[in-house]
Amino acid sequence: MTLDDILTSLFPKGHDVANDKGVLLGSALLQSGGSAVVIGVAGRSPLGVDEAIRLSRHVLDAVEQGGEGPILVLVDSDSQRMSKRDELLGLNEYLAHLAKCLIYADMQGRPTVGLLYGHSAAGAFLATALATRVLVALPGADPAVMDLPSMSRVTKLSIDMLKEKAKSTPVFAPGLNNLAQTGAVFTIWDEKTSLAEQLQTLLGSIQGAGDQRDRLGKHRNGRPKAADIAERVHDLALQSK
Amino acid sequence: METLSYRHKAQERAAGSKSLAIIGVVASGNLEVLVERLLPDTECQVDINTAAEGFGAVWEAVVADFVERRSPGGLKLSINDGGARPDTVALRLAQAVRLIEEDDQ
Amino acid sequence: MNISDRETATVPHLANSKTVSWYEASARQRVQLLLDAGSFHEFIGPEQREESPHLQVFDLPTQFDDGIIIGRGRIAGAPVFVAAQEGRFMGGAFGEVHGAKLTGLLRAARDTKSVPVLILFDTGGVRLQEANAGELAIAEIMRALIEARMAGVKIVGLIGGRAGCYGGGGLIAGCCSALAVSEQGRIGVSGPEVIETNRGVEEFNSRDRALVWRTMGGKHRRLLGGAEAFVDETIQSFRSFALHLIGSAPVFGAEVLKAEQTRLEQRLQRFGLCADAVDIWKAEGVADAEAVPVMAAADFNDLANKAREPRYDAR
Repeated sequence: MTLDDILTSLFPKGHDVANDKGVLLGSALLQSGGSAVVIGVAGRSPLGVDEAIRLSRHVLDAVEQGGEGPILVLVDSDSQRMSKRDELLGLNEYLAHLAKCLIYADMQGRPTVGLLYGHSAAGAFLATALATRVLVALPGADPAVMDLPSMSRVTKLSIDMLKEKAKSTPVFAPGLNNLAQTGAVFTIWDEKTSLAEQLQTLLGSIQGAGDQRDRLGKHRNGRPKAADIAERVHDLALQSK
Repeated sequence: METLSYRHKAQERAAGSKSLAIIGVVASGNLEVLVERLLPDTECQVDINTAAEGFGAVWEAVVADFVERRSPGGLKLSINDGGARPDTVALRLAQAVRLIEEDDQ
Repeated sequence: MNISDRETATVPHLANSKTVSWYEASARQRVQLLLDAGSFHEFIGPEQREESPHLQVFDLPTQFDDGIIIGRGRIAGAPVFVAAQEGRFMGGAFGEVHGAKLTGLLRAARDTKSVPVLILFDTGGVRLQEANAGELAIAEIMRALIEARMAGVKIVGLIGGRAGCYGGGGLIAGCCSALAVSEQGRIGVSGPEVIETNRGVEEFNSRDRALVWRTMGGKHRRLLGGAEAFVDETIQSFRSFALHLIGSAPVFGAEVLKAEQTRLEQRLQRFGLCADAVDIWKAEGVADAEAVPVMAAADFNDLANKAREPRYDAR
């Protein structure tokens, strides 16, 4: 599906989402009534300071204007922009700020939904898709925390060797199935049926409960230890004096 | 990865009353030693997990020498090794025993 | 389990000395010397042996605490939760267990509401052997951290170790209430070698140490507004600033986010065309900008306070 196809299928009642050199900003009418705020990164663009600041501005404006509609985060990005300039200007703050705005909006009752329809990696992934309450994906999306060639360089293992090891564990290699199994991706949508309906179903099922990704990862045998360790530390800390 | 374990008799119980100490970091050329007061007074055990395979004889000698010198009775020492040289291993083992023998501050 | 049962300084004559170098100290030493003597109680300590289940596949050794120490103690009598990363184990990187320990601590801080958190960062980011788990842990940490801040908890980051604070660690740092960073500290997302590998040496020469420090180091972050405090190298200095920042940190909410949006927009307007850190410092009115890298901490702080008063309400 192209981005236009995705937007049309998500918002058959209409939208004004504009793509300005990979930065998606806009709003849309929801099938069920009401409207959604839409931000995103398109065209596998890197996420740098110039892009992140615009995305966060849009989120904050939406929160300030009030309303209860969800915030959709559409993602087909590269990694964070790797440049001297972005680091010089404090890229970590811009990416963190974007994530904070999304997390804050969600906590204020504007459910944040990530839709991964292409690529994403590393810092860009953290600041967008992984900063939402729930992340869904289209088949064919290809998220990566770290690419295999880089991993190969650092570990001094061949890519074939890494692929071999990846057969026995979902915990390091790129790919949608691995990110689903570890709990990052909640569900993979069907691109043959209406995305608007799938979105509506999703919005109807969102619960208030906190971050469930570690439990999901445990349930799917992708992250066997995280949920239990976090819970144990939590309980020990609450008992401590 | 290789796992090794050596059990020895010790002349006397390691001094002090602390039940637990830890020293070191797992990094290239380094190791960590976790020491627990778990065994009968005249016994000691050293368990090793190491990525450097095939050095069993060296570990055996270092451990035997350590037990002879320090008499770590009652102690179980557990090692995660990052490929340390024998003298570094000996140092950490000695540091571990010294720590668990120290008075509580 | 009491911290005094664990290692004291491996530089014996400096045991308990607060002039011990933060950079040289291990994570355990930092915790022990930062907190009131005998006050630290560790959660899931090394004797629990909750090691990484994912390193054996790569024939890598594990560490009993998976490279992070989590617990509760006191500073100047007041309770704090503490997390300290060991930068020398796997570059202080976030793995499944490592990350989950910090996630649990932050969720507890959220639910306790009244105890601040100190995070002693020393990390290159995600542990690539457990990349997906590490990245998710960081996302969960960021969520838990903001939830805690929304509940009124102050969360202060201390940065000055061997690995710096890179990758996802840099994003977590950006979520903290305030940051203190020393000369040795660096904060960034992409590390110097990664930029060079991806974009070439003309874009960033990772072996140019002075360039790395100008671009990502503690002094630049202080002057840029990327950290609230530049501290001397000692544990005592970090301790003092930790207390100060806990007291000064803002209550998190919409006003803070709006102020941060403005501050970050203005930074791009003012410095977006600067080619190098020295250009930024000059633009900020720093006299003798070229000399900044070699300035001692006290002189630097005088100069930094003249150029840019720290603000505590926009992070």
